[in-house]
Amino acid sequence: MASNSSGSGSQGRAPQRLRIIAGHLQRPVDVDATVSAAECKAQGGEADVASDGKSVPKRRQEIMKWNGWGYSDTKFLFNKKGQAEFTGKRYKLSGMIIPALKEWMEGTFGTNMQHKSLATPALTRTAVQPPTLNEAFVEELKSTGVPFSHDAEDRVFRAHGHCLHEIFALREGKVGRVPDLVVWPNCHNDVVKIVELACKHNVCLIPYGGGTSVSSALECPQEETRSIVSVDTSQMNRILWIDEKNLTAHMEAGIVGQDLERLLNESGYCTGHEPDSMEFSSLGGWVATRASGMKKNIYGNIEDLVIHVKMVTPQGVVEKSCQGPRMSTGPDIHHFIMGSEGTLGVVTEVTMKIRPMPEYQKYGSVVFPNFEQGVACLREVARQRCAPASIRLMDNEQFKFGHALKPQVSSMFTSFLEGLKKFYITKFKGFDPDCLCVATLLFEGNREKVLQHEKQVYDIAAKFGGLAAGEDNGQRGYMLTFVIAYLRDLGMDYYVIGESFETSVPWDSVYYIFRVLDICRNVKARIIRECKDKGVQFQPFSTCRVTQTYDAGACVYFYFAFNYRGLSDPVHMFEEVEHAAREEILANGGSLSHHHGVGKLRKAWMRETVSDVGMGMLKSVKDYVDPNNIFGNGNLL
Amino acid sequence: METKVDEDEHLRGSLYFSPQTMTSTDSGRVKNEEEFVDVLEELMHSGDLGHALRTFSPSPYNGGPPCSAADLPKAVLESQYLRYVVQEIATEKALSLEEVREEASVILEEMSQKLQMGFIRLMAYMLSKVLKRILTGIHVNTEGLNALKQAVQESPVILLPNHRSYLDFLVISYVMFTYDIPVPVIAAGMALSKMRVVGEIISRSGAFFIRRAIGSDKLYWAVLSEYVKTIVRKGFAPVEFYVEGLRSRTLKSLMPKLGMMHMVLEPFFKGEVYDVTLVPVSLSYDRVLEEFLLAQELLGIPKPKESTTGLLKARKVLQEDYGSMHVNFGRPMSVRHLCRGKINRGQYNLVPRDLPQKPSGEVQACVSWLAHLMVRMQEEGALISPWSLMASLLLQAPAAALTEHGLPWHQLAERTLRLRKLALDFGAHLNWPGKVPEQEVMSSAAALHHSLVRLQAGRVHLVQGEEDEREDPRRPEEDVTKAAVPMLMLACYRNQCLHVFVRPALLAVAIHVTKSVQRDELFAFFCFLRDLFANEFISIPGESSQDFEEACVLLRTCGAVHTSEQEVTVSDVGLEVLPFLQDLLQPFIDSYQVMFRYLCKDGVHVVSEKQFVPAVRNLATKLILSGELHTHEALSSDMQKNVFSALRRLETLTQLKASELNEYRVNKAAVGQISDILCGRIPPQSLQTTPDAKL
Repeated sequence: MASNSSGSGSQGRAPQRLRIIAGHLQRPVDVDATVSAAECKAQGGEADVASDGKSVPKRRQEIMKWNGWGYSDTKFLFNKKGQAEFTGKRYKLSGMIIPALKEWMEGTFGTNMQHKSLATPALTRTAVQPPTLNEAFVEELKSTGVPFSHDAEDRVFRAHGHCLHEIFALREGKVGRVPDLVVWPNCHNDVVKIVELACKHNVCLIPYGGGTSVSSALECPQEETRSIVSVDTSQMNRILWIDEKNLTAHMEAGIVGQDLERLLNESGYCTGHEPDSMEFSSLGGWVATRASGMKKNIYGNIEDLVIHVKMVTPQGVVEKSCQGPRMSTGPDIHHFIMGSEGTLGVVTEVTMKIRPMPEYQKYGSVVFPNFEQGVACLREVARQRCAPASIRLMDNEQFKFGHALKPQVSSMFTSFLEGLKKFYITKFKGFDPDCLCVATLLFEGNREKVLQHEKQVYDIAAKFGGLAAGEDNGQRGYMLTFVIAYLRDLGMDYYVIGESFETSVPWDSVYYIFRVLDICRNVKARIIRECKDKGVQFQPFSTCRVTQTYDAGACVYFYFAFNYRGLSDPVHMFEEVEHAAREEILANGGSLSHHHGVGKLRKAWMRETVSDVGMGMLKSVKDYVDPNNIFGNGNLL
Repeated sequence: METKVDEDEHLRGSLYFSPQTMTSTDSGRVKNEEEFVDVLEELMHSGDLGHALRTFSPSPYNGGPPCSAADLPKAVLESQYLRYVVQEIATEKALSLEEVREEASVILEEMSQKLQMGFIRLMAYMLSKVLKRILTGIHVNTEGLNALKQAVQESPVILLPNHRSYLDFLVISYVMFTYDIPVPVIAAGMALSKMRVVGEIISRSGAFFIRRAIGSDKLYWAVLSEYVKTIVRKGFAPVEFYVEGLRSRTLKSLMPKLGMMHMVLEPFFKGEVYDVTLVPVSLSYDRVLEEFLLAQELLGIPKPKESTTGLLKARKVLQEDYGSMHVNFGRPMSVRHLCRGKINRGQYNLVPRDLPQKPSGEVQACVSWLAHLMVRMQEEGALISPWSLMASLLLQAPAAALTEHGLPWHQLAERTLRLRKLALDFGAHLNWPGKVPEQEVMSSAAALHHSLVRLQAGRVHLVQGEEDEREDPRRPEEDVTKAAVPMLMLACYRNQCLHVFVRPALLAVAIHVTKSVQRDELFAFFCFLRDLFANEFISIPGESSQDFEEACVLLRTCGAVHTSEQEVTVSDVGLEVLPFLQDLLQPFIDSYQVMFRYLCKDGVHVVSEKQFVPAVRNLATKLILSGELHTHEALSSDMQKNVFSALRRLETLTQLKASELNEYRVNKAAVGQISDILCGRIPPQSLQTTPDAKL
């Protein structure tokens, strides 16, 4: 069962992808002299299974951008010939020319290569307020030996997530309130000490995992007068044990997704939890935000995967006494922890389900004549409960966007094939290129079952007019997930700002009219109208995709971007449009968030989302667990 | 033509529209004559046949193809909603599913429109012939047309015309066909479908038929609403219906009906469409084809059945000249915009959207508000003819003057011109040709209405109906009825401009009755009148202070009053203006008092509408004969029914639960109290009003 699968060749694209993602990372070298090092011993159980190959150094600035997404060596740019190029070596697309991107950008946003809005190249340290230190706290912290820093760069790195307004401000060199101190606990006990000291000296703690938040969750509250300490869990990144009999693994919560999968893979296992941010986001972050992974159809969302959680709160450590797979012991205390968004404590250790690595993986794609048919197909797939590991449906705009990101074709033959396919779909099958949309698929399991499953899904698709469109299109779709975040930085170089946001919504079918469809249309239309009303010259890019299916509904992702040239306060305008779009989502029966969380960005709608009583319940938990608001990031409530 | 943008227009403008929607067309109001084109004149150039055969290629919303006649009923029958209702009814009535489904498809068959382009063309051809014969012009505002053309491409459009004549919807479809806008799907009264050939033609030109009294027929209601909602969702053609529900026999706006309104709005409330666009349409006739029928119906002379032969007999009608008409398409209004902050659309989130749901109080109030707003917009878009002003003045002249020695023409003319100025001050749109001498405008208006007035030796006489060869002696009661016919016709034409004056007139009455200058006292009385006469004069629920403010502003604008924070005082000019305004409402007040008097009589304890109407008519006739009552309008069944509704609304009439005859118990004390307040004997208390927002 737990056999060691090779994952080589065509039989293991996901591991391969992971290797590509992580392969070129070097083990960071700790050079900051101000940081003292005192390794914890691994806690309990078996010995430390793997702690090598960390992806995230203490000094994130060594490998990551300070004012954009991802790795410093990786970005989109227009080269001297004016062609778009993706730099670096980390991704499949790295080093390639993307010939159609320029034209797509010009056509979609009205951008002009001459009009640039470049970012401030480096952080001006003087722009960062000097730290407000709680001397007594710092003194005692020193004695614990937990490394810390009040270096400006370290602090700025932990003061933001990746909301548009956050990145936009950084690009302009503007820095608001930032943490006064960063600490790097190495283990659970370090965290216990830190929290105790914080309580003792009334210091505000903000847990920090991978920094990929898109809900303003990491922003320091403006009104916070106490010293703010960022608790960076990135050094708590070991797999403490793997239990092959129960198929569980116990990890420190700071481990980031790519390391977790890579290390488990080495033992022949995986968690199967793959959020789009998995290169950088951490296990603790997933738990704290109720994360969802791309392959949840097989492996489940974080709440299905977690067996046991340990969290350090101002009242002490909260955890369950056993690892039973299910309990009837009152409300599940895990559900106070999951989604608490750092307002109650720091998640330090997690036991998660693991699975043997899949022996076979296959990508696929289906082209539909229109989005309506695509949604109807996804609904049917969900109804028959035969969704593959992942199934996503992009609308026409995204389909075109995906096309614009095709790398330069290397051979005459491929280009010929491409042309032939296009001809077949648009001319022979009569699909309107301005209406058709594409679903990307990922199957996983043993080879025989995958092929069987694949046939079942394609048969359903055929009933809705879907045509199989090959593995490459599917694979490219998933690859784009990882590079799309880099694209925003390119856009911002040319006066384009954008963001994605998500929701979940019931299917709700009326003779093939779905609430899912209505919400897509209405939200897109709302965005376009709002932009028009607010004086955006060029129609915004407003597009969506269905990224997850459930028995009773779907997760929908919206992308929204526009050219802000000539607007005086683009970020404010952007936020107004985003706000309007969220109102529209709620009015159409969508949820406040499927997996991004609430943070501070969506706080205003919490009460109407969970009712007054529900709000009271959450508040009373907060009041008991953290009466002095030590975990004062101000999220959620 | 002079135009005047008064403060109030800005006031209203800012109330209903934000600057965003203002950009499409600047305002619903007509600025000047030049904006109108005469469709009939354009026709001269193309010829009737050429017009009928023109290429018709409108671009509809969604770019979607029109639903074939067969698709629509199929979609309706297969809808989750209908399946659910069918199931429910089958269980309730212990019928099989098939039986109920069969019944549903029969209903659908009966109501379905069978839009066929060929018939539209045939209609266009025939209409060209007929309209050119009876009308001198059909003036359509180009700006409204262009905005409509744009609007139908963006979201589902609901056309909401006022209903004054059978011609209404024919003319609208004709205009839309002419200007390449998708021909609307029209909700028409079932009676029309029973006319053999005509019914078929109407249905093939895009009308669907609805029964008059749907009431409690659950299946019918379900089929109709799903049918309407499917059209809105698919959005291939504008939906057109009369928000007033019926053709107004008095040419005065009717209190809107909310059922259809709710149906067309629900797809928006439930997020099934991004938006719905409402377009009020005001049709104004110089002379209404049905003018004689109107008065007869109001006096209880039964209305001829709508039949094809009846229509042919009406050929005589076609030999007359009816002047011109105006079709004023209002500015398209976004429901999304209008409902902002009024509706929490999230309320539909917890129940599947395709299950029947009783609309919440919030939704009902919002639908009611929108429906009333639409009626007010129709009023504001109406064009006032010189004749309407003249009719208002003629009604204020002593009856004897009109019937016996006549009213001096110069006096009428001079007063009409003064009234014209007042109307313009109040922001009315007048259909007063600017290039023609004023005297000529008025005399040709009188000439157009030769059936009603006659000019003789410089005096205006009211035309009495021809002497019929019936044996004498006629009963005096019959004389009253006969004399009432031209009077009620005049009243109808007065009603065409009533909405311009009504709010200041209510204030004028308040000033007169209360003899007060205190704003709050006047406001209290104003509200009392506004409530009591809510069925007569349409006002928007919950906007009494805006209405009062409007009345103050208008009276100040024309110089009739001075206003301050606390007081409203009459000026010298007011001594001239206010009596006219009071007199305008006097027939209503007098008539209401007669009916209150009837209800307070001994022996009247329980009434039904059926017996109320003739009984009041008898009393009013007697009072007219005795010289106690000076208006014939108390004889109008419309007014009688309005009183009945008003008293029900004010809960002075309460329905007997056991009664099958729709009988009501009269609360005499309350009726007496209302009567006393109305004549100023006691100050107004706030009247109890039940929300009239029932769907």
